[in-house]
Amino acid sequence: MDFASFLIQTLNSLQYGLLLFLVASGLTLVFGIMGIINLAHGSFYMIGAYLAFVLTSATGSLFAALALGIPLALAFGALLEWALFSHLYKRDHLEQVLLTYGLILIFEELRSLLVGDDVHGVDIPAIFSASIPLSDVLSYPVYRLVISVVCIVLAVALYFVIQRTRLGMMIRAGNHDRVMVEALGININMIYRVVFALGVALAALAGMLAAPISSVFPNMGSHVLIISFVIVVIGGIGSVWGALVAALIIGFVDTFGKVLIPELSGMVVYVVMAVVLLWRPEGIFKKG
Amino acid sequence: MSKMLLEAKELHTYYGASHILHGIDFHIRQGEGIALMGRNGMGKTTLIKSLLGIVRPRHGRVMVCGDDFTKAPTYRIAQRGIAYVPEGRGIFPNLSVRENLQMAARAGVDGQREWTFERVMATFPRLGERINNGGWQLSGGEQQMLTIGRALMTNPDLLILDEATEGLAPLIALEIWRIVKEIRKTGIATMIVDKNHSAVTSICDRAMILVKGEVVFDGDSETVRDNPELIQKYLGV
Repeated sequence: MDFASFLIQTLNSLQYGLLLFLVASGLTLVFGIMGIINLAHGSFYMIGAYLAFVLTSATGSLFAALALGIPLALAFGALLEWALFSHLYKRDHLEQVLLTYGLILIFEELRSLLVGDDVHGVDIPAIFSASIPLSDVLSYPVYRLVISVVCIVLAVALYFVIQRTRLGMMIRAGNHDRVMVEALGININMIYRVVFALGVALAALAGMLAAPISSVFPNMGSHVLIISFVIVVIGGIGSVWGALVAALIIGFVDTFGKVLIPELSGMVVYVVMAVVLLWRPEGIFKKG
Repeated sequence: MSKMLLEAKELHTYYGASHILHGIDFHIRQGEGIALMGRNGMGKTTLIKSLLGIVRPRHGRVMVCGDDFTKAPTYRIAQRGIAYVPEGRGIFPNLSVRENLQMAARAGVDGQREWTFERVMATFPRLGERINNGGWQLSGGEQQMLTIGRALMTNPDLLILDEATEGLAPLIALEIWRIVKEIRKTGIATMIVDKNHSAVTSICDRAMILVKGEVVFDGDSETVRDNPELIQKYLGV
């Protein structure tokens, strides 16, 4: 591998890992704080991608699609939490799995009814459609760099909210002891709703950003869901920081695995997970 | 008479099939201090949790400042000026000392902000030394101070302390009692559960004794203090 292709793979790994982080951060927060296993989380990624397709077709611009899609995703998340997930907190994991698996089927069916089963593409916005030449034959698309930058900005913002704001303190406190948080006069259910809606919006945003490079297709959420669970488990349930590190590890392992050992690339990620779990059964970063 | 803060009528609370509280009537007025006494397993903590809505009573009513809060969520009861220091402390170990205090900061029911971060620091100088430490790094006594300080940050009208000195070294326990007396002087009503009968009865004006989920005594704490037979009968091991 020459330097230019090494650089390209590194940038791809980074971009893929960061995108996965957007999905996994919401999953780990919802899992860690509310104790909910949400199998439908990948569907939010799928919904985001389809939102990007539908809204970009309607408005003619991915930016307009993002401006409309993000508030829609937040509202959808809050509604879903209020209508369904808020009833799941005290239930056991089997019931959570049943409901959220059912949701996957419902979301896919609705997607099929509303948009159909065809594969779609979303155009890269014109101002980001250029490529940066890296060698005589190799170049790197600007749009992928933009995705990475957006993800980094969001990761920093998320870190700031969780580590430096009162809301973040309440979220972390709720991760440890929800009754005590309530006894301090804090409406923990509202905190849960905010966290859930935020998680949905981040996953949908990941789908919207990915739509122009991955195309938009049925069941696109399922692969992302599985990888996201791998990330949550490797990073430590409930740890956003852990999710970031784990997502980057997975991004690199998966991308370079496909290049260096293509025959085994499908399983490299799981081998990494197995090794991490043998070394640290609770994930790299423990809860909290 | 001063304003009624918290009142309960005919509380019956169950844990599954076991009947824990058998029709308890309870009230506490502004500025009052109540020692809630009784042997282990008599329902003291259950009474506190029923008052706060952490455990739902099957029958009976809970009133806060005259309004019905029987079905209200815990946070709304807390927002009406009731702060809780639970048994086993309940600090957030994954937050720093500063964050434990900051996350709870709130004006009181009447908008009072007498308990600020600075005042809590002045009351608990030891916490100031550990302000950036994680909650998990604190000793038992420091954790207790942090929980009390955190409760004060909500500017409460009523402070409920469940076994605040349990498991603490005698000198640290003395320090806690000194602080509780100081808090009493500021006019905050207190409800205290503690094994140290002489300390609670000297701090509180009223005492209430529970036996098997029923109130067997409700009166002056002096009566309890000066009556060894009463203590022997209801509280002796």
